[in-house]
Amino acid sequence: MARYESLLDACGNTPLVGLPRLSPSADVRLWAKLEDRNPTGSVKDRAALYMVRGAEAAGRLRPGDTILEPTSGNTGISLAMVAKLRGYRLVCVMPENVSTERVQLLRMYGAEIIFSPAAGGSNQAVAQAKQIAAEHPDWVMLYQYGNEANARAHYETTGPELLRDLPTLTHFVAGLGTTGTLMGTGRYLREKNPDVQVIAAEPRYGELVYGLRNIDEGYVPELYDPAVLTRRFSVGTRDAVLRTRQLVEVEGLFVGFSTGAVAHAALNVAHEALREGRRADVAFMVADAGWKYLSTGGYGGTLAEAEEHLEGQLWA
Amino acid sequence: MAIEVRIPTILRSYTGGAKSVEGAGDTLADLLADLDTRHAGLRGRLVTDQGALHRFVNVYINDEDVRFLGALDAKLKDGDTVTVLPAVAGGAFAIAAAAALAGSR
Repeated sequence: MARYESLLDACGNTPLVGLPRLSPSADVRLWAKLEDRNPTGSVKDRAALYMVRGAEAAGRLRPGDTILEPTSGNTGISLAMVAKLRGYRLVCVMPENVSTERVQLLRMYGAEIIFSPAAGGSNQAVAQAKQIAAEHPDWVMLYQYGNEANARAHYETTGPELLRDLPTLTHFVAGLGTTGTLMGTGRYLREKNPDVQVIAAEPRYGELVYGLRNIDEGYVPELYDPAVLTRRFSVGTRDAVLRTRQLVEVEGLFVGFSTGAVAHAALNVAHEALREGRRADVAFMVADAGWKYLSTGGYGGTLAEAEEHLEGQLWA
Repeated sequence: MAIEVRIPTILRSYTGGAKSVEGAGDTLADLLADLDTRHAGLRGRLVTDQGALHRFVNVYINDEDVRFLGALDAKLKDGDTVTVLPAVAGGAFAIAAAAALAGSR
């Protein structure tokens, strides 16, 4: 049945589609879970809905409250939609170097945006965030990096959907950001089958993003538990762009660059299984489609040009 | 035997500004010891006094996180590329701001 009482009820239950042309062999198959089919077009709808419902159940959120969330993109858009439908005001703090489509979408959903200068780096972002929180102690932070409801959304929905649709699943690959997707889905899958490989793909940005940071002031999300993962890959901009284009050219899948990075890791482990003569069903997450990133310049021209356009941008 | 080691901007004061340096070793621990002979102090920024990788440092061998390959015991071979990065999962900006907000709650 594909009828739902409201948009929020249409969250999750996304299609899992085979990629027969990219799959290395009949015994080593790739599957894409199309999270762009969620209400606002990204995997973050799952976490946003669970975090808001969790805060409501705990009495932290009451109608008319203001939610404050630092976000560089999809979580803000998902929260903006959920907040609108559940009767909350949303204020997003975000860097000014995110794509214009994201900003337009947020404003359409009614969110207010406070920009932080990209050049100020994390120190300025931290100072600004602290100041906002101090000025508005009544605003509610859902804090996706440490909110158990973020991971629980995937433990209760994404994981069961995957195993229902692909009982022979051997590898699960997803992007590593808040780590909620990998922690929740990974825990569920490994509880059901300890042999399942849970593989993280994290974006490796240009130097501008890392260059400003002090090595003693890193950030590891509270949700992150490395014991849930079996492997973790760092994927550079060029590989992410290459795979993003390959997905649309070969399989007709139009995805965002973070999914290109995830596909790169998925192809890596798939070809490894092929070389070692093992059967494999590798499922990977398509976090979102490419629409919001068209203005980055990453979809046209040569790979080198695309890489140059994306340098210094938070493309995942 | 040469292994290319990519150094993040923040640690280039130890490499005379070089983006990448070459080293040798059968394991990551050996490689870092070798590098420290020419780039004194670099190893101390990556490895704690207890002999573990610093929590906020990620090291990759051919793009794979060494923490899942045996950490400092991870095996190396000629032609490998080692990349050192500060830990910024989740996007440098958002997580920095989020952590600050969470801390002030």
